[in-house]
Amino acid sequence: MPGIGLFMSQVFNGLALGILLSLIAAGLTIIYGTLGVINFAHGALFVVGAYAGFSTYMASGSFVLSIAAGAVAAMVVGLALERGLIRRFYARPVEDQILVTFGISIVLVEIIRGIYGGIGQRVPVPSWGEGVVDMGFVTYPLYRIEILAIATAALGLCWLVLYRTRLGLIVRSGIEDALMVRLLGIDIQRAFLVVFGVGAAAAGFAGMIYAPIVSIVPDMGFRVLIQSFVVVVLGGVGSFPGAILGGLVAGQILSLTSLFNPVYSDVMLFAAMALILIVRPQGLLGVEGRA
Amino acid sequence: MKHRNLRIETPHSAPRRGFLRTAGAAAALAAPALYGTSALAQQKQYPKLGNYPDGVSGDTVTAGLTLDLTGPYSAEGNGQKRGFELAAEMINKGDPRVRKISPLTKEGILGKKLVLVVGDAETRPNSAVQAATRFIRQDKVMMVAGSVSSSVAIALQNTCDRAKTLYFPIISGSSDTTGKDCRRYGFRLCHHAYTASKAIAPVLAQAYGKNMKAIHLVPDYNYGHSIHEFMKKFTEEQGWTTIDTPQIHPLGATDYSAYMLNIANSGADILINHDYGADAVNSAKQAFQFGVLKNMKMCVPYMPAYMLEEVGPEIMEGVYGTMVFWHAYSEQNEIARDFVEAYEAKYGAKPRDPEHNAYMTTLLWADAIERAGTFHPAEVVKALEDSINHKRPYTMGGEAYFRAEDHDGAANFTIVRGKKPSEIKDKDDLVDIVAVADGVATLPPVGYAGCQMTDYT
Repeated sequence: MPGIGLFMSQVFNGLALGILLSLIAAGLTIIYGTLGVINFAHGALFVVGAYAGFSTYMASGSFVLSIAAGAVAAMVVGLALERGLIRRFYARPVEDQILVTFGISIVLVEIIRGIYGGIGQRVPVPSWGEGVVDMGFVTYPLYRIEILAIATAALGLCWLVLYRTRLGLIVRSGIEDALMVRLLGIDIQRAFLVVFGVGAAAAGFAGMIYAPIVSIVPDMGFRVLIQSFVVVVLGGVGSFPGAILGGLVAGQILSLTSLFNPVYSDVMLFAAMALILIVRPQGLLGVEGRA
Repeated sequence: MKHRNLRIETPHSAPRRGFLRTAGAAAALAAPALYGTSALAQQKQYPKLGNYPDGVSGDTVTAGLTLDLTGPYSAEGNGQKRGFELAAEMINKGDPRVRKISPLTKEGILGKKLVLVVGDAETRPNSAVQAATRFIRQDKVMMVAGSVSSSVAIALQNTCDRAKTLYFPIISGSSDTTGKDCRRYGFRLCHHAYTASKAIAPVLAQAYGKNMKAIHLVPDYNYGHSIHEFMKKFTEEQGWTTIDTPQIHPLGATDYSAYMLNIANSGADILINHDYGADAVNSAKQAFQFGVLKNMKMCVPYMPAYMLEEVGPEIMEGVYGTMVFWHAYSEQNEIARDFVEAYEAKYGAKPRDPEHNAYMTTLLWADAIERAGTFHPAEVVKALEDSINHKRPYTMGGEAYFRAEDHDGAANFTIVRGKKPSEIKDKDDLVDIVAVADGVATLPPVGYAGCQMTDYT
């Protein structure tokens, strides 16, 4: 059996990974909840964020500016895609939506590969994130703890917007019954556009804060996309709190399974998804019939 | 998880990337009349075999490149593409530098223009085999080349052997490729798990002493297990002890935290990192972030070509590894200088292992065809097997040939050590060459890895 130190460090790993997945999945689930679009380009927006952040870091040397650039770039690309292409597919069958967003993701990734090449790019850990923290029972990288705080703050901001503003009220109402919101004379399209932009920005933001941990490569979004889909299913489609809970659960499944046999971590994640689909098809915090 | 499975791309179905039909730019400009028919007239007639004679009935000869243009080894795959294109351009142009390695080459190969067709192997054996099969059946290629993953290389070697078509892995670290999985039609030039381990173990012992405890980080596929086995063997022969909990992870993992925590708590003095490509970059970065490298040395016995810049000198400083080629050797070797100059003229950058291996392999293949005087696959195989009698000058010094018994390349390679950030002069000045390993002395004994050669026909 692993020691308590190792166990706790994996719990921390699970938290850091889980909160990041929550952030990405939150964008995915809100877009699906409001617009009814399963956005397969979400992983590519994560990559756009990472590369935009990388370029900004190279030009400015400022990590904070790079995070902002990652979020803004993903948002701009996301909005352009929504206005230019995806909105034309709102009324089309779900298969068409999947194909078009999947196609977009391939195009985006290949454009990035064309610009930056296949070689991994490097964003160093910012100076304020260097080193490890000795917590007594475990020594843990400072930056991963900071990711936990940054992503939690970003999710908190999303929560405030969704639950404490008029826009959030419209969006949440739209998730429940878009027709009724429209009948009340509210311009739900504009609200949905904002939702798409915020969802894309969350993916880009996550891409940049994840960048110092891994090598930035054009294909980095695919794995994240799949894990985020699992998170959405676990938490409940269209549910913001569900995305957070799903992310945290997924993070712990991945990380604690790694403690015993890392090879099975993804298998266990899918097994958990299958179990949820059998016993609670609407997800942990989802509403029956919404999906 | 194989996230790449989601892609709606198969090489079989006219992929989005398409194939890139490329020939050297100069060759494209050259008039077809340049490629005379006199060489053809001189050829003896041989029985039909593989794509012979259909594949060479015109003015061209086609090579099919199965390259990892996407996936965890995409940087290496794209590098190989550049190396092949350079070699094809020089061969088609009749560049005099080619004749130092293939003395009989005039323009093209036996007077035929070399044309390249490219498919994306996606670092997946299935995709690679589909691409190779298409090349063999539709494009009538006379040679298939390209690999980074040994699983891909071994699968391709089987496919090509059945089709009696020559196959050259370009990077394949598993010793099985020319060991128990050897094939008559497969030839591997690059160093591999056995040779790399045999060469680097004494250098490590000299640098760190004989009382080191090592822990291994191993990607879970053919190459990973192969090099793990040999590094364990050769370092233990130097007096090192091995911590018996190797950290085995799936290929393409991005989160190494569990492994790093185990490594940090293992009490080892050195982390032997067997990862390649993006895996090596991610694991090295995370080893640094988890503080593993504060108390532990790191060695990357089979160092990926672009790892140094991807990881950064602050982490790679003092890290030992082997590479097939390092461009700085061009200061003292004419063949390396020819290659580096030609590459820089075309691409404006310094070449690395993938570019180098693709270039040298293409030239040695052309040389074998010229010596055989025919494209007949069995005759070309025999010419390659006879290369011990026609050794060619090599970029890392000495001479290169393929061993007839198992088709293992006898070619020098280099042992390098990451430079201190303060000593780095420019973006390509990343390592010191610590030693040049003798390509012959490091080969495994014949039959060591269980090669049973298949038939010629």
